[in-house]
Amino acid sequence: MSALAIDARGLTRRFGDFTAVDAITFHVAQGEVFGFLGANGAGKTTAMRMLIGLLEPSSGSATVAGYDVVRDAEAVRRNIGYMSQKFSLYDDLTVQENITLYGGIYGLTNAQIAERTRKLLGRIGLEHARKELVRRIPLGWKQQLAFSVALLHQPRIIFLDEPTGGVDPITRRRFWEMIYETAATGTTVLVTTHYLDEAEYCDRLSIMVDGAIAAMGTPGEVKGAFGAASLDEVFLRLTRPGAA
Amino acid sequence: MRTILFLMRKEFLQVFRDKATVFQIFFIPVAQLLILTNAATFDIKRTALAVVDEDRSTVSAGLVQRLEGGGRFRIARYQPTTAGIESALLDREVTAVLRIPHGFEEGLVRERHAPVQLQFNAEEGAAAGIVQAAALAVLGDYARELGVTLPRGAAGAMAVGAPLELRTQGWFNPSRNYKHYMVPAILVSLTTIIGLLLTAQNIAREKELGTLDQLNVTPITKGQFITAKLLPFWILSLVIFTMGLMIGKVVFGIPTRGSVPLVFFSAGIYLVVALGIGLWISTFTRTQQQTMFVALFIMLIYLLMSGLFTPVESMPRWAQWMAEVNPVKHFVFIMRAVLVKGAGWETVAKPLAILAAGGVGVLALAVRQYSKQVQ
Amino acid sequence: MRSFIGFVRKEAFHILRDKQTFWIMLLMPLVQVLLFGFAVRTDVYDIRLAIVDPAPGPASRALVEQFNASPRFRLMGVYASTAPLEVGFREGTFRQAIVLPSDLDRALVGRAPVPVELVTDAADPNTGSIMQAYASAILQRWHGEQVQRAGGVRLDVAARMRFNPTLASVNLFVPGLIALVLTMVSAMMTSISITREKETGTMEMLLVSPLHPWAIVVGKVVPYVVLGFANVLLVLGAAREVFGMPLRGSITLLLAESLLYILTALALGIVISTRADTQRTAMIAAMAGLLLPTLLLSGFIFPIDSMPAPLRVISNIVPARWFLIIVRGIMVKGAGITTLWQETVILAVQTLVLLVVGARRLAIRLE
Repeated sequence: MSALAIDARGLTRRFGDFTAVDAITFHVAQGEVFGFLGANGAGKTTAMRMLIGLLEPSSGSATVAGYDVVRDAEAVRRNIGYMSQKFSLYDDLTVQENITLYGGIYGLTNAQIAERTRKLLGRIGLEHARKELVRRIPLGWKQQLAFSVALLHQPRIIFLDEPTGGVDPITRRRFWEMIYETAATGTTVLVTTHYLDEAEYCDRLSIMVDGAIAAMGTPGEVKGAFGAASLDEVFLRLTRPGAA
Repeated sequence: MRTILFLMRKEFLQVFRDKATVFQIFFIPVAQLLILTNAATFDIKRTALAVVDEDRSTVSAGLVQRLEGGGRFRIARYQPTTAGIESALLDREVTAVLRIPHGFEEGLVRERHAPVQLQFNAEEGAAAGIVQAAALAVLGDYARELGVTLPRGAAGAMAVGAPLELRTQGWFNPSRNYKHYMVPAILVSLTTIIGLLLTAQNIAREKELGTLDQLNVTPITKGQFITAKLLPFWILSLVIFTMGLMIGKVVFGIPTRGSVPLVFFSAGIYLVVALGIGLWISTFTRTQQQTMFVALFIMLIYLLMSGLFTPVESMPRWAQWMAEVNPVKHFVFIMRAVLVKGAGWETVAKPLAILAAGGVGVLALAVRQYSKQVQ
Repeated sequence: MRSFIGFVRKEAFHILRDKQTFWIMLLMPLVQVLLFGFAVRTDVYDIRLAIVDPAPGPASRALVEQFNASPRFRLMGVYASTAPLEVGFREGTFRQAIVLPSDLDRALVGRAPVPVELVTDAADPNTGSIMQAYASAILQRWHGEQVQRAGGVRLDVAARMRFNPTLASVNLFVPGLIALVLTMVSAMMTSISITREKETGTMEMLLVSPLHPWAIVVGKVVPYVVLGFANVLLVLGAAREVFGMPLRGSITLLLAESLLYILTALALGIVISTRADTQRTAMIAAMAGLLLPTLLLSGFIFPIDSMPAPLRVISNIVPARWFLIIVRGIMVKGAGITTLWQETVILAVQTLVLLVVGARRLAIRLE
């Protein structure tokens, strides 16, 4: 089994004439926090959906946790957690009911579910809202809850698709703390974002432009390669070549 | 197995938390069953009749009296001329017109026969045929009566002709009550509409909200998924069905001559087919709106071409074949046969087998076509 | 006004972009009317008849001849005894049988009633009563002739089926199908598209826009009026070309009435959508709430005159009932507005009431 958490080779996805993801090759080591940067529509989400088995690649291949995403999709699913861009817990169920559901789906015992619920809610400070409908809790908390539920079964790799979209700066900060805590336990994190300040927090990152990877490395490496002072500058140069 | 229970619990929580839906899925079937069962009949009751009595004689007055006395006609207009009759027919003020021409009584006395005219508004098709038969029967009886009472004409004939005693029998309908026939049809229609709709809408909604993606990245198997999406609504539909059957029994007095467990066993199989169709629809639609239209399309074909409300024998051959593979047709046949006629396993074995085959087929199709991936 | 037009355009694009749904909505009614136009009918043809005549004579021969001449009946045989009936009925070889007495010719000139049995397969009681009516009409006529021959009194009944001489179901059902399909499609389209905006939260965005709430609702409905009207044109075209439906009245009137009915159905959809918070509720209300009542309480399949009194009253609130009378009136009977003005007024009032109810609910929501 490979030591790499994610290993993508020439991963491509076409929708008709449009190539959303164009032969991307990259790998993510175990325990790394890997950032996927890019403008809206650059292909980040499409790439992620191929890795988690929601979308079949048009060509190329990838392994996640050592399993092929096409041939061993089920094995991949057992080893990953996913938090989508669109909030996707059931907002007509309570916080507890959502946790119980996903706990049950991943085959946790009732005791495990109870224990993890307690820990999870304690960590994000949501104990008081256990019986509240998810619909009624504030967005920042919803996002933290969704993240925690995606971690409930202690996956080896977690995929976060724009987890901080639309939340306030304090919650964003809190969110990244959670990401670090998660990575500290050895879980690999793949996160997409278009907040460039967040990218600085990643161990390594890649910048996607028009479906292809335009730059990749540690934040320092990327800045160095472009001789830029900040990722902002790199990003602007990549996306608007004429401007700089 | 445990996974399925968790998923089912979620479905029940979601349905029962939505008060509007709970109200709908129990109220609509009960209300409609109570009301609509009474509507599905061709019985004629007091048809509006216009009489144009140009003769104004004792005999013509007698005829009008017989028509009214029979209880099947109501004299809406009685007038000496045809003035305004055409527009009364056009306006639906009257359904039938009887014209007794001038010289009616005289003709009868002299020649023992005389013309009368009947007109019917036949825009409602078959119903007009039934009204006509009722009118002819009254006229025929009256003619025989006149044969006895009228003064003999010049011919002086002694014979009057024997009256016709038409004894009608309806076979294979022991309860002689159209409601007993219609309750199963309406109940099954309602249960199907609601069950199929809930099932199909459920997955489409999860697609729209994005929650389906979240389920799809979990290790749930297709079989578990389909089972967990089917079972909750299968149970709900069975509850609706049971309620309806109780209403049928208590309110409409439908008999239960055969085995009730057999009816429920068949219902269980039938519902797998019906809800399976809903599941199958939702595997290829993207939005709730689309799902709804496809469901409507399929359901209308399903209900209207099943012979539930109109006779299969009147359909063209190809449509009869379509009816043969229609699950509703077989299930309603089983219900009618078992409940009303007391049929047993032997009679319903074949339709039951067809239903079971349908259930297996539709589920296999749904599982096959359901994909955890987009495209 | 300009922002309103912009909004209508946005709604139209919305419909047109989802090609799949658009084609479903446009062609579904047509396909259904074609299918059902052929398949859904209550008139019965090809009734397999057995006559039991133990002592053939002139009278019974006359009867056999009359049934042979009728296009509705297929005489399967004349038998000397009732023996074949039991099996024949069970196996479906016969659907109807007439059993004549053994002394028919003598009995007809006597005074005692002549017993004639008419046995009908009433497994479907409604079809049974239709078959029974057809057969007894022929029997009555035949008996009248026999009585007269015996010297009795006979009424020469000249019966005419007006407007639809062959009692063809197509003339009856095509208008019904138009009403059913228009009701379902229109009510569903509006109720779902409005509740969808409510569910996804985009309705709030529209409500804070300078557009008046009514402009929003009207804007959502306008494209569907166009779509519904296209449906009517397609369906009417098919009815004429494929089923040879007559169109005896004015086509302008028919189209105007159809437009009115589309509005009624859309208003119904608006009322549903103001009450429903989710697409599911709207869907169940539109589909489960409207389908069977429109089918069974409109006079589409079962005549309203046959219903018990309370149901006749209830049927008055079913808009399809009035539209059905109007369409049949124009197409089959050639009626004009002078005949149909009452039904038209009722439909218009119903539409108005629905719109007012919808508007009031909409206003309440905004506070």
